[in-house]
Amino acid sequence: MNKKIRKPESHPLTWRLKKNNSPIWINEYKLKNGYSALKKSLCKMSPVEIIDEIKKSELKGRGGAGFNTGMKWDMVSKSKISKTKYLVCNADEMEPGTFKDRLLMESIPHQLIEGMIIAAFALQVHCAYIFLRGEYIQALKNLKKSIFEAYKMGYLGKNILKTGFSLNIFIHTGAGRYICGEETALLNSLEGKRANPRFKPPFPVEIGLWGKPTCINNVETLSNVPGIISNGHIWYKNLSKSVDSGTKMMGFSGNVNTPGIWELPFGTTAREILEDYANGMKKGFQLKAWQPGGAGTDFLTPQHIDVPMDFENVSKIGSRLGTAVAMAVDNHINMVKLVYNIEKFFSRESCGWCTPCRDGLPWIVKILKSLSKKKGKEGDIELLEELSLSLSFGKTFCAHAPGAMEPLTSAIKYFRIEFERGIKLK
Amino acid sequence: MKKKYLDIVLTMEEQKRIFEEKKKYEYPQAAVIEALKIAQEKRKWISKDVIYAISEILSIPSVYVQEVATFYSQIFLEPVGRNVIRYCDSVVCYVVGYKKILSILEKYLKIKPGQTTIDNKFTLLPICCLGCCDRAPSMMVNEDTYFNLSDKKIVSILESYL
Repeated sequence: MNKKIRKPESHPLTWRLKKNNSPIWINEYKLKNGYSALKKSLCKMSPVEIIDEIKKSELKGRGGAGFNTGMKWDMVSKSKISKTKYLVCNADEMEPGTFKDRLLMESIPHQLIEGMIIAAFALQVHCAYIFLRGEYIQALKNLKKSIFEAYKMGYLGKNILKTGFSLNIFIHTGAGRYICGEETALLNSLEGKRANPRFKPPFPVEIGLWGKPTCINNVETLSNVPGIISNGHIWYKNLSKSVDSGTKMMGFSGNVNTPGIWELPFGTTAREILEDYANGMKKGFQLKAWQPGGAGTDFLTPQHIDVPMDFENVSKIGSRLGTAVAMAVDNHINMVKLVYNIEKFFSRESCGWCTPCRDGLPWIVKILKSLSKKKGKEGDIELLEELSLSLSFGKTFCAHAPGAMEPLTSAIKYFRIEFERGIKLK
Repeated sequence: MKKKYLDIVLTMEEQKRIFEEKKKYEYPQAAVIEALKIAQEKRKWISKDVIYAISEILSIPSVYVQEVATFYSQIFLEPVGRNVIRYCDSVVCYVVGYKKILSILEKYLKIKPGQTTIDNKFTLLPICCLGCCDRAPSMMVNEDTYFNLSDKKIVSILESYL
Protein backbone atom coordinates (compact mmCIF):
# COMPACT_ATOMS: atom_id res chain seq x y z
CA MET A 1 0.00 0.00 0.00
CA ASN A 2 1.28 3.41 -0.88
CA LYS A 3 1.69 5.20 2.44
CA LYS A 4 1.45 8.59 0.81
CA ILE A 5 -2.17 8.25 -0.35
CA ARG A 6 -4.20 10.71 1.72
CA LYS A 7 -7.62 9.51 2.83
CA PRO A 8 -10.38 11.34 4.74
CA GLU A 9 -10.39 8.70 7.46
CA SER A 10 -6.65 8.93 8.10
CA HIS A 11 -5.57 12.41 6.98
CA PRO A 12 -8.04 14.99 8.36
CA LEU A 13 -5.75 17.92 7.58
CA THR A 14 -4.52 17.03 4.13
CA TRP A 15 -6.91 14.60 2.39
CA ARG A 16 -8.41 17.42 0.34
CA LEU A 17 -5.06 18.58 -1.00
CA LYS A 18 -4.28 18.18 -4.67
CA LYS A 19 -1.07 16.50 -5.77
CA ASN A 20 0.55 19.81 -6.65
CA ASN A 21 -0.77 21.46 -3.46
CA SER A 22 -2.46 24.22 -5.45
CA PRO A 23 -5.02 26.15 -3.37
CA ILE A 24 -8.47 24.78 -2.71
CA TRP A 25 -11.08 27.50 -3.01
CA ILE A 26 -14.53 27.51 -1.48
CA ASN A 27 -16.47 25.51 -4.09
CA GLU A 28 -14.01 22.66 -4.10
CA TYR A 29 -13.70 22.83 -0.31
CA LYS A 30 -17.47 22.55 0.03
CA LEU A 31 -17.62 19.68 -2.44
CA LYS A 32 -15.11 17.90 -0.24
CA ASN A 33 -17.27 18.17 2.86
CA GLY A 34 -15.96 21.61 3.77
CA TYR A 35 -17.95 23.82 6.16
CA SER A 36 -20.11 20.86 7.23
CA ALA A 37 -18.42 20.93 10.65
CA LEU A 38 -19.31 24.62 10.87
CA LYS A 39 -22.97 23.88 10.13
CA LYS A 40 -22.96 21.08 12.69
CA SER A 41 -21.35 23.32 15.32
CA LEU A 42 -23.52 26.38 14.88
CA CYS A 43 -26.84 24.64 14.21
CA LYS A 44 -26.68 21.50 16.33
CA MET A 45 -24.18 22.10 19.12
CA SER A 46 -23.83 24.54 21.99
CA PRO A 47 -20.53 26.31 22.77
CA VAL A 48 -20.14 24.10 25.86
CA GLU A 49 -20.61 20.94 23.79
CA ILE A 50 -17.98 22.07 21.30
CA ILE A 51 -15.45 22.84 24.03
CA ASP A 52 -16.25 19.51 25.62
CA GLU A 53 -15.63 17.68 22.34
CA ILE A 54 -12.27 19.44 21.89
CA LYS A 55 -11.35 18.67 25.49
CA LYS A 56 -12.21 14.99 25.04
CA SER A 57 -10.22 14.86 21.82
CA GLU A 58 -7.13 15.86 23.84
CA LEU A 59 -5.94 18.03 20.99
CA LYS A 60 -2.64 19.64 21.93
CA GLY A 61 -1.37 22.96 20.58
CA ARG A 62 0.69 22.52 17.45
CA GLY A 63 2.80 25.65 17.79
CA GLY A 64 5.51 23.85 19.74
CA ALA A 65 4.55 23.95 23.41
CA GLY A 66 1.76 21.34 23.17
CA PHE A 67 -0.66 22.88 25.69
CA ASN A 68 -4.07 21.22 25.84
CA THR A 69 -6.33 23.18 23.47
CA GLY A 70 -9.66 22.25 25.10
CA MET A 71 -8.34 23.37 28.46
CA LYS A 72 -7.27 26.72 26.97
CA TRP A 73 -10.69 27.20 25.36
CA ASP A 74 -12.35 26.32 28.65
CA MET A 75 -10.32 28.94 30.51
CA VAL A 76 -11.15 31.65 27.98
CA SER A 77 -14.84 30.79 27.94
CA LYS A 78 -15.06 30.82 31.73
CA SER A 79 -13.16 34.07 32.18
CA LYS A 80 -15.32 36.71 33.79
CA ILE A 81 -12.90 39.61 33.22
CA SER A 82 -14.83 40.92 30.23
CA LYS A 83 -17.66 40.00 27.91
CA THR A 84 -15.53 40.99 24.93
CA LYS A 85 -13.10 38.23 24.11
CA TYR A 86 -10.69 37.69 21.25
CA LEU A 87 -9.40 34.80 19.20
CA VAL A 88 -5.97 35.13 17.62
CA CYS A 89 -4.49 32.67 15.18
CA ASN A 90 -0.72 32.55 15.53
CA ALA A 91 0.50 32.37 11.95
CA ASP A 92 3.88 33.94 12.60
CA GLU A 93 5.84 30.90 11.46
CA MET A 94 9.49 31.94 11.71
CA GLU A 95 11.14 29.03 13.50
CA PRO A 96 14.09 28.07 11.30
CA GLY A 97 13.49 24.65 9.81
CA THR A 98 9.69 24.81 10.07
CA PHE A 99 7.35 25.03 7.10
CA LYS A 100 4.06 23.42 8.05
CA ASP A 101 1.74 26.40 8.55
CA ARG A 102 2.82 27.86 5.22
CA LEU A 103 1.49 24.77 3.43
CA LEU A 104 -1.79 24.76 5.37
CA MET A 105 -2.45 28.46 4.74
CA GLU A 106 -1.42 28.48 1.10
CA SER A 107 -3.09 25.25 0.05
CA ILE A 108 -6.13 24.85 2.28
CA PRO A 109 -6.94 28.24 3.80
CA HIS A 110 -10.68 27.48 4.23
CA GLN A 111 -9.90 24.70 6.69
CA LEU A 112 -8.20 27.23 8.97
CA ILE A 113 -11.04 29.72 8.55
CA GLU A 114 -13.64 27.06 9.32
CA GLY A 115 -11.67 26.07 12.43
CA MET A 116 -11.49 29.71 13.50
CA ILE A 117 -15.24 30.25 13.09
CA ILE A 118 -16.01 27.14 15.16
CA ALA A 119 -13.50 28.25 17.83
CA ALA A 120 -14.96 31.76 17.88
CA PHE A 121 -18.50 30.38 18.27
CA ALA A 122 -17.39 28.09 21.10
CA LEU A 123 -15.71 30.99 22.87
CA GLN A 124 -18.41 33.52 21.91
CA VAL A 125 -15.83 35.72 20.25
CA HIS A 126 -16.99 38.21 17.64
CA CYS A 127 -13.64 39.53 16.43
CA ALA A 128 -10.72 37.32 15.48
CA TYR A 129 -7.27 38.07 14.06
CA ILE A 130 -4.82 36.07 12.02
CA PHE A 131 -1.34 37.28 12.95
CA LEU A 132 0.47 36.39 9.76
CA ARG A 133 4.19 36.78 9.27
CA GLY A 134 4.86 39.58 6.82
CA GLU A 135 6.95 37.55 4.43
CA TYR A 136 4.20 35.01 3.67
CA ILE A 137 2.88 36.92 0.69
CA GLN A 138 1.16 33.97 -1.03
CA ALA A 139 -0.49 32.89 2.23
CA LEU A 140 -1.76 36.46 2.64
CA LYS A 141 -3.26 36.50 -0.85
CA ASN A 142 -4.89 33.09 -0.41
CA LEU A 143 -6.26 33.87 3.04
CA LYS A 144 -7.64 37.22 1.87
CA LYS A 145 -9.42 35.56 -1.03
CA SER A 146 -10.78 32.80 1.21
CA ILE A 147 -12.04 35.25 3.84
CA PHE A 148 -13.78 37.21 1.07
CA GLU A 149 -15.36 33.98 -0.21
CA ALA A 150 -16.47 33.02 3.31
CA TYR A 151 -18.16 36.41 3.82
CA LYS A 152 -19.89 36.04 0.49
CA MET A 153 -21.25 32.63 1.41
CA GLY A 154 -22.52 33.89 4.76
CA TYR A 155 -19.98 32.00 6.90
CA LEU A 156 -18.54 35.26 8.21
CA GLY A 157 -20.10 38.59 9.10
CA LYS A 158 -23.46 39.15 10.75
CA ASN A 159 -25.94 36.40 11.60
CA ILE A 160 -23.89 33.45 10.33
CA LEU A 161 -26.13 30.67 8.96
CA LYS A 162 -29.05 32.63 10.45
CA THR A 163 -28.05 31.54 13.95
CA GLY A 164 -27.61 35.06 15.29
CA PHE A 165 -23.87 34.55 15.73
CA SER A 166 -21.60 37.19 14.19
CA LEU A 167 -17.87 37.15 13.54
CA ASN A 168 -15.29 39.22 11.71
CA ILE A 169 -11.85 37.87 10.89
CA PHE A 170 -9.04 40.31 10.17
CA ILE A 171 -5.54 39.60 8.92
CA HIS A 172 -2.75 41.45 10.70
CA THR A 173 0.63 41.09 9.03
CA GLY A 174 3.87 41.17 11.01
CA ALA A 175 6.86 43.26 10.09
CA GLY A 176 9.64 40.76 10.51
CA ARG A 177 10.61 39.76 14.05
CA TYR A 178 10.88 36.15 15.23
CA ILE A 179 9.82 37.08 18.78
CA CYS A 180 6.30 37.85 17.49
CA GLY A 181 5.66 34.10 17.57
CA GLU A 182 5.84 34.18 21.39
CA GLU A 183 2.21 34.59 22.38
CA THR A 184 2.51 37.62 24.65
CA ALA A 185 4.99 39.37 22.33
CA LEU A 186 2.48 38.67 19.55
CA LEU A 187 -0.20 40.50 21.53
CA ASN A 188 2.05 43.53 21.99
CA SER A 189 2.85 43.52 18.29
CA LEU A 190 -0.83 43.23 17.41
CA GLU A 191 -1.54 46.22 19.63
CA GLY A 192 0.99 48.22 17.61
CA LYS A 193 3.88 48.09 20.06
CA ARG A 194 7.36 46.63 20.10
CA ALA A 195 7.06 42.86 20.31
CA ASN A 196 8.41 42.48 23.83
CA PRO A 197 6.99 39.59 25.84
CA ARG A 198 4.70 40.31 28.79
CA PHE A 199 4.83 39.12 32.38
CA LYS A 200 2.96 35.86 32.97
CA PRO A 201 0.71 35.60 34.96
CA PRO A 202 -1.72 37.00 34.08
CA PHE A 203 -1.94 34.68 31.10
CA PRO A 204 -3.60 35.84 27.87
CA VAL A 205 -6.61 33.61 28.59
CA GLU A 206 -7.46 36.13 31.34
CA ILE A 207 -5.71 39.36 30.30
CA GLY A 208 -4.79 39.30 26.62
CA LEU A 209 -5.42 41.58 23.68
CA TRP A 210 -6.32 45.07 24.96
CA GLY A 211 -6.73 43.55 28.43
CA LYS A 212 -9.48 41.16 27.33
CA PRO A 213 -9.49 37.34 27.59
CA THR A 214 -7.76 36.06 24.47
CA CYS A 215 -7.36 32.61 22.99
CA ILE A 216 -4.20 32.21 20.91
CA ASN A 217 -3.95 29.07 18.80
CA ASN A 218 -1.53 27.99 16.11
CA VAL A 219 -2.63 27.53 12.47
CA GLU A 220 -2.29 23.75 12.60
CA THR A 221 -4.21 23.54 15.88
CA LEU A 222 -7.19 25.45 14.47
CA SER A 223 -7.04 23.48 11.22
CA ASN A 224 -7.63 20.30 13.25
CA VAL A 225 -10.91 21.58 14.70
CA PRO A 226 -13.30 20.88 11.75
CA GLY A 227 -12.16 17.25 11.54
CA ILE A 228 -12.70 16.66 15.24
CA ILE A 229 -16.19 18.20 15.15
CA SER A 230 -17.19 16.22 12.04
CA ASN A 231 -15.92 12.84 13.16
CA GLY A 232 -15.82 13.00 16.94
CA HIS A 233 -13.15 12.69 19.58
CA ILE A 234 -12.96 8.88 19.59
CA TRP A 235 -12.16 8.78 15.87
CA TYR A 236 -9.60 11.55 16.36
CA LYS A 237 -7.83 9.78 19.22
CA ASN A 238 -7.73 6.54 17.26
CA LEU A 239 -5.83 8.21 14.42
CA SER A 240 -2.75 8.26 16.60
CA LYS A 241 -0.26 5.50 17.29
CA SER A 242 0.71 7.06 20.60
CA VAL A 243 -0.72 8.77 23.67
CA ASP A 244 -0.98 12.09 21.83
CA SER A 245 -4.19 12.38 19.84
CA GLY A 246 -4.56 12.72 16.12
CA THR A 247 -2.13 13.41 13.34
CA LYS A 248 0.69 15.91 13.00
CA MET A 249 2.32 17.69 10.12
CA MET A 250 5.83 16.20 10.18
CA GLY A 251 8.70 16.52 7.82
CA PHE A 252 12.40 16.29 7.11
CA SER A 253 14.67 18.80 5.47
CA GLY A 254 18.40 19.01 4.85
CA ASN A 255 20.43 16.83 2.49
CA VAL A 256 17.77 14.14 2.17
CA ASN A 257 16.47 12.81 -1.16
CA THR A 258 12.94 14.20 -1.00
CA PRO A 259 12.64 16.89 1.66
CA GLY A 260 9.02 17.59 2.48
CA ILE A 261 6.14 17.59 4.87
CA TRP A 262 3.51 14.93 5.48
CA GLU A 263 0.52 14.47 7.74
CA LEU A 264 1.32 11.46 9.90
CA PRO A 265 -0.11 9.86 13.02
CA PHE A 266 1.62 10.75 16.26
CA GLY A 267 4.00 7.98 17.14
CA THR A 268 5.38 7.52 13.63
CA THR A 269 9.10 7.04 14.11
CA ALA A 270 11.64 9.55 12.88
CA ARG A 271 13.32 6.71 10.95
CA GLU A 272 10.10 6.02 9.09
CA ILE A 273 9.78 9.68 8.13
CA LEU A 274 13.39 9.92 7.06
CA GLU A 275 13.58 6.64 5.16
CA ASP A 276 10.06 6.06 3.81
CA TYR A 277 8.93 9.61 3.17
CA ALA A 278 12.11 11.67 2.73
CA ASN A 279 13.70 8.64 1.00
CA GLY A 280 16.85 8.68 3.09
CA MET A 281 20.01 10.73 2.94
CA LYS A 282 21.34 11.90 -0.42
CA LYS A 283 24.11 9.84 -2.00
CA GLY A 284 27.42 10.65 -0.32
CA PHE A 285 25.76 12.05 2.81
CA GLN A 286 25.33 10.30 6.14
CA LEU A 287 23.12 11.29 9.02
CA LYS A 288 25.25 12.83 11.73
CA ALA A 289 22.64 14.57 13.89
CA TRP A 290 19.07 15.86 13.62
CA GLN A 291 16.74 18.32 15.24
CA PRO A 292 13.20 17.01 15.77
CA GLY A 293 11.26 20.25 15.69
CA GLY A 294 13.00 23.44 14.65
CA ALA A 295 16.15 25.39 15.50
CA GLY A 296 15.23 25.71 19.16
CA THR A 297 15.17 21.98 19.89
CA ASP A 298 18.02 19.80 21.18
CA PHE A 299 20.08 17.88 18.64
CA LEU A 300 19.66 14.15 18.60
CA THR A 301 21.94 11.56 17.00
CA PRO A 302 21.34 8.62 14.61
CA GLN A 303 20.99 6.34 17.64
CA HIS A 304 17.77 8.19 18.51
CA ILE A 305 16.23 7.84 15.06
CA ASP A 306 13.79 5.11 16.10
CA VAL A 307 12.02 7.43 18.52
CA PRO A 308 8.25 7.66 18.01
CA MET A 309 7.50 11.29 17.17
CA ASP A 310 5.25 12.53 19.96
CA PHE A 311 5.58 14.93 22.87
CA GLU A 312 6.43 12.33 25.52
CA ASN A 313 8.84 10.06 23.66
CA VAL A 314 10.94 12.86 22.17
CA SER A 315 11.12 14.48 25.57
CA LYS A 316 12.24 11.18 27.16
CA ILE A 317 15.37 11.13 25.00
CA GLY A 318 16.31 14.68 25.90
CA SER A 319 14.77 16.87 23.24
CA ARG A 320 11.41 18.42 22.40
CA LEU A 321 8.91 17.61 19.70
CA GLY A 322 8.63 21.35 19.00
CA THR A 323 7.01 21.81 15.62
CA ALA A 324 7.84 18.18 14.63
CA VAL A 325 9.39 19.33 11.38
CA ALA A 326 12.83 17.79 11.58
CA MET A 327 16.14 18.70 10.00
CA ALA A 328 18.89 16.28 9.09
CA VAL A 329 22.50 17.29 9.71
CA ASP A 330 24.93 15.38 7.52
CA ASN A 331 28.53 14.30 7.97
CA HIS A 332 29.86 17.24 5.92
CA ILE A 333 28.67 19.73 8.52
CA ASN A 334 30.86 20.97 11.35
CA MET A 335 28.71 21.17 14.47
CA VAL A 336 30.48 24.24 15.88
CA LYS A 337 29.84 26.18 12.69
CA LEU A 338 26.26 24.98 12.58
CA VAL A 339 25.59 26.02 16.17
CA TYR A 340 27.30 29.34 15.41
CA ASN A 341 24.73 29.86 12.63
CA ILE A 342 21.84 28.98 14.95
CA GLU A 343 23.03 31.19 17.81
CA LYS A 344 23.66 34.09 15.45
CA PHE A 345 20.01 33.82 14.47
CA PHE A 346 18.81 33.78 18.08
CA SER A 347 21.10 36.67 18.98
CA ARG A 348 19.90 38.74 16.03
CA GLU A 349 16.27 38.06 16.92
CA SER A 350 16.50 38.75 20.67
CA CYS A 351 14.05 41.55 21.44
CA GLY A 352 16.52 42.97 23.95
CA TRP A 353 14.00 43.15 26.76
CA CYS A 354 15.96 41.19 29.38
CA THR A 355 19.68 41.37 30.07
CA PRO A 356 20.63 37.66 30.02
CA CYS A 357 19.21 37.28 26.51
CA ARG A 358 20.35 40.65 25.18
CA ASP A 359 23.93 40.35 26.42
CA GLY A 360 24.33 36.60 26.80
CA LEU A 361 23.49 35.58 23.25
CA PRO A 362 26.02 37.92 21.55
CA TRP A 363 28.64 36.69 24.02
CA ILE A 364 27.90 33.08 23.06
CA VAL A 365 28.06 34.03 19.36
CA LYS A 366 31.46 35.64 19.89
CA ILE A 367 32.87 32.51 21.56
CA LEU A 368 31.40 30.23 18.89
CA LYS A 369 32.85 32.43 16.15
CA SER A 370 36.36 32.08 17.56
CA LEU A 371 35.88 28.31 18.06
CA SER A 372 34.64 27.92 14.48
CA LYS A 373 37.82 29.64 13.28
CA LYS A 374 39.96 27.41 15.53
CA LYS A 375 40.94 30.44 17.55
CA GLY A 376 39.15 29.46 20.77
CA LYS A 377 40.75 29.69 24.21
CA GLU A 378 41.11 27.12 26.97
CA GLY A 379 37.97 27.28 29.08
CA ASP A 380 35.73 28.45 26.25
CA ILE A 381 33.61 25.28 26.31
CA GLU A 382 33.17 25.52 30.08
CA LEU A 383 32.22 29.18 29.66
CA LEU A 384 29.61 28.20 27.06
CA GLU A 385 28.21 25.66 29.49
CA GLU A 386 28.08 28.25 32.26
CA LEU A 387 26.36 30.75 29.99
CA SER A 388 23.86 28.08 28.93
CA LEU A 389 22.88 27.70 32.57
CA SER A 390 22.51 31.47 32.96
CA LEU A 391 20.18 31.57 29.98
CA SER A 392 18.13 28.50 30.86
CA PHE A 393 14.44 28.32 31.80
CA GLY A 394 13.51 30.62 34.67
CA LYS A 395 16.52 32.87 34.20
CA THR A 396 15.11 34.93 31.35
CA PHE A 397 11.87 36.77 30.67
CA CYS A 398 10.57 34.41 27.98
CA ALA A 399 11.53 31.14 26.28
CA HIS A 400 13.63 32.72 23.51
CA ALA A 401 17.05 32.32 25.17
CA PRO A 402 16.29 28.95 26.81
CA GLY A 403 15.22 27.71 23.36
CA ALA A 404 18.50 28.98 21.96
CA MET A 405 20.42 27.01 24.58
CA GLU A 406 18.94 23.65 23.58
CA PRO A 407 20.92 23.20 20.34
CA LEU A 408 24.07 24.55 22.02
CA THR A 409 24.06 22.29 25.08
CA SER A 410 23.10 19.21 23.10
CA ALA A 411 25.79 19.88 20.49
CA ILE A 412 28.41 20.13 23.24
CA LYS A 413 27.00 16.97 24.83
CA TYR A 414 27.22 14.84 21.69
CA PHE A 415 30.00 16.53 19.72
CA ARG A 416 32.32 17.98 22.39
CA ILE A 417 35.35 16.85 20.44
CA GLU A 418 34.47 19.24 17.60
CA PHE A 419 34.31 22.11 20.09
CA GLU A 420 37.68 21.03 21.54
CA ARG A 421 39.18 21.09 18.06
CA GLY A 422 38.24 24.76 17.89
CA ILE A 423 40.62 25.65 20.69
CA LYS A 424 43.89 27.15 19.47
CA LEU A 425 46.85 25.02 20.49
CA LYS A 426 49.59 26.76 22.43
CA MET B 1 -2.33 73.76 10.59
CA LYS B 2 -1.52 70.24 11.76
CA LYS B 3 -3.85 68.71 9.20
CA LYS B 4 -1.98 70.57 6.49
CA TYR B 5 1.29 68.95 7.55
CA LEU B 6 -0.25 65.47 7.36
CA ASP B 7 -1.63 66.22 3.90
CA ILE B 8 1.77 67.33 2.68
CA VAL B 9 3.51 64.15 3.85
CA LEU B 10 0.95 61.44 3.10
CA THR B 11 -1.19 61.29 -0.03
CA MET B 12 -4.97 61.19 0.28
CA GLU B 13 -4.89 57.60 -0.97
CA GLU B 14 -2.43 56.60 1.77
CA GLN B 15 -4.49 58.38 4.41
CA LYS B 16 -7.61 56.59 3.21
CA ARG B 17 -5.90 53.22 3.44
CA ILE B 18 -4.63 53.96 6.95
CA PHE B 19 -8.13 55.00 8.04
CA GLU B 20 -9.42 51.67 6.71
CA GLU B 21 -6.78 49.84 8.75
CA LYS B 22 -7.79 51.70 11.92
CA LYS B 23 -11.29 50.25 11.64
CA LYS B 24 -9.94 46.74 12.21
CA TYR B 25 -8.91 47.46 15.78
CA GLU B 26 -10.30 48.56 19.13
CA TYR B 27 -7.47 51.13 19.45
CA PRO B 28 -5.89 53.02 16.51
CA GLN B 29 -2.32 52.35 17.68
CA ALA B 30 -2.70 48.78 16.44
CA ALA B 31 -2.67 50.13 12.89
CA VAL B 32 0.80 51.62 13.26
CA ILE B 33 2.72 48.75 11.63
CA GLU B 34 0.39 48.66 8.66
CA ALA B 35 0.51 52.47 8.40
CA LEU B 36 4.31 52.34 8.27
CA LYS B 37 4.13 49.65 5.58
CA ILE B 38 1.64 51.68 3.54
CA ALA B 39 3.81 54.80 3.77
CA GLN B 40 6.91 52.82 2.87
CA GLU B 41 5.43 51.26 -0.28
CA LYS B 42 6.27 54.14 -2.61
CA ARG B 43 8.89 56.00 -0.58
CA LYS B 44 10.88 52.82 0.14
CA TRP B 45 11.81 54.12 3.60
CA ILE B 46 10.41 55.97 6.60
CA SER B 47 11.61 59.50 7.23
CA LYS B 48 11.05 61.60 10.36
CA ASP B 49 8.27 63.46 8.53
CA VAL B 50 6.41 60.22 7.89
CA ILE B 51 6.74 59.26 11.56
CA TYR B 52 5.14 62.58 12.58
CA ALA B 53 2.42 62.26 9.95
CA ILE B 54 1.51 58.73 11.10
CA SER B 55 1.43 59.84 14.73
CA GLU B 56 -0.97 62.58 13.68
CA ILE B 57 -3.29 60.35 11.71
CA LEU B 58 -3.40 57.71 14.46
CA SER B 59 -3.54 60.32 17.26
CA ILE B 60 -0.66 58.73 19.15
CA PRO B 61 2.66 60.23 20.31
CA SER B 62 5.35 60.18 17.63
CA VAL B 63 7.69 58.29 19.95
CA TYR B 64 5.26 55.34 19.82
CA VAL B 65 5.59 55.28 16.05
CA GLN B 66 9.36 55.73 16.26
CA GLU B 67 9.86 52.83 18.69
CA VAL B 68 7.88 50.50 16.44
CA ALA B 69 9.67 51.69 13.31
CA THR B 70 13.07 50.96 14.87
CA PHE B 71 12.07 47.48 16.03
CA TYR B 72 10.87 45.63 12.96
CA SER B 73 13.14 44.47 10.17
CA GLN B 74 10.71 45.23 7.36
CA ILE B 75 10.64 48.94 8.19
CA PHE B 76 13.58 50.90 6.80
CA LEU B 77 14.74 54.09 8.46
CA GLU B 78 17.09 54.99 5.66
CA PRO B 79 16.76 54.71 1.90
CA VAL B 80 17.14 51.27 0.32
CA GLY B 81 17.52 50.24 -3.31
CA ARG B 82 14.58 49.83 -5.67
CA ASN B 83 14.70 46.08 -5.07
CA VAL B 84 15.38 44.51 -1.69
CA ILE B 85 16.96 41.07 -1.78
CA ARG B 86 16.61 38.98 1.36
CA TYR B 87 18.60 35.77 1.36
CA CYS B 88 17.66 33.13 3.91
CA ASP B 89 20.63 32.42 6.20
CA SER B 90 18.81 30.11 8.60
CA VAL B 91 19.86 26.65 9.60
CA VAL B 92 18.44 24.53 6.74
CA CYS B 93 19.68 26.94 4.09
CA TYR B 94 23.04 26.81 5.90
CA VAL B 95 23.09 23.01 5.66
CA VAL B 96 22.32 23.03 1.94
CA GLY B 97 24.74 25.87 1.21
CA TYR B 98 23.33 29.40 1.39
CA LYS B 99 26.90 30.74 1.68
CA LYS B 100 27.57 29.86 -1.94
CA ILE B 101 24.38 31.68 -2.93
CA LEU B 102 25.44 34.70 -0.90
CA SER B 103 28.89 34.79 -2.47
CA ILE B 104 27.31 34.80 -5.95
CA LEU B 105 25.00 37.62 -4.91
CA GLU B 106 27.91 39.60 -3.47
CA LYS B 107 30.05 39.02 -6.55
CA TYR B 108 27.30 39.96 -8.97
CA LEU B 109 26.09 43.02 -7.06
CA LYS B 110 29.54 44.03 -5.78
CA ILE B 111 28.14 44.75 -2.32
CA LYS B 112 28.09 43.13 1.13
CA PRO B 113 24.96 42.36 3.20
CA GLY B 114 23.43 45.57 4.50
CA GLN B 115 24.63 47.60 1.52
CA THR B 116 22.96 49.08 -1.57
CA THR B 117 24.42 49.02 -5.08
CA ILE B 118 25.83 52.30 -6.43
CA ASP B 119 23.10 52.46 -9.09
CA ASN B 120 20.52 52.11 -6.29
CA LYS B 121 18.94 49.07 -7.90
CA PHE B 122 19.48 46.48 -5.14
CA THR B 123 19.87 46.26 -1.37
CA LEU B 124 21.12 43.00 0.10
CA LEU B 125 19.84 41.80 3.49
CA PRO B 126 19.65 38.53 5.43
CA ILE B 127 16.31 37.11 6.60
CA CYS B 128 15.35 34.34 8.95
CA CYS B 129 13.81 31.12 7.67
CA LEU B 130 11.36 31.74 4.84
CA GLY B 131 9.46 28.55 5.64
CA CYS B 132 10.38 26.72 2.47
CA CYS B 133 13.08 24.43 3.87
CA ASP B 134 11.95 21.61 1.57
CA ARG B 135 12.97 23.84 -1.35
CA ALA B 136 16.10 25.40 0.17
CA PRO B 137 18.14 27.48 -0.46
CA SER B 138 15.74 30.34 -0.86
CA MET B 139 15.53 34.12 -1.05
CA MET B 140 13.00 36.90 -1.53
CA VAL B 141 13.22 39.81 -3.91
CA ASN B 142 10.66 42.41 -2.86
CA GLU B 143 7.51 40.27 -2.53
CA ASP B 144 8.63 37.35 -4.69
CA THR B 145 10.07 34.21 -3.12
CA TYR B 146 12.52 32.00 -5.03
CA PHE B 147 13.30 28.42 -4.14
CA ASN B 148 15.90 25.76 -4.99
CA LEU B 149 18.41 28.45 -5.88
CA SER B 150 21.40 27.67 -8.04
CA ASP B 151 24.21 29.77 -9.57
CA LYS B 152 22.46 30.10 -12.92
CA LYS B 153 19.06 30.82 -11.42
CA ILE B 154 20.31 33.71 -9.31
CA VAL B 155 21.76 35.67 -12.21
CA SER B 156 18.60 35.30 -14.29
CA ILE B 157 16.43 36.27 -11.29
CA LEU B 158 18.47 39.42 -10.68
CA GLU B 159 18.45 40.33 -14.36
CA SER B 160 14.65 40.18 -14.39
CA TYR B 161 14.62 43.09 -11.92
CA LEU B 162 16.95 45.34 -13.93
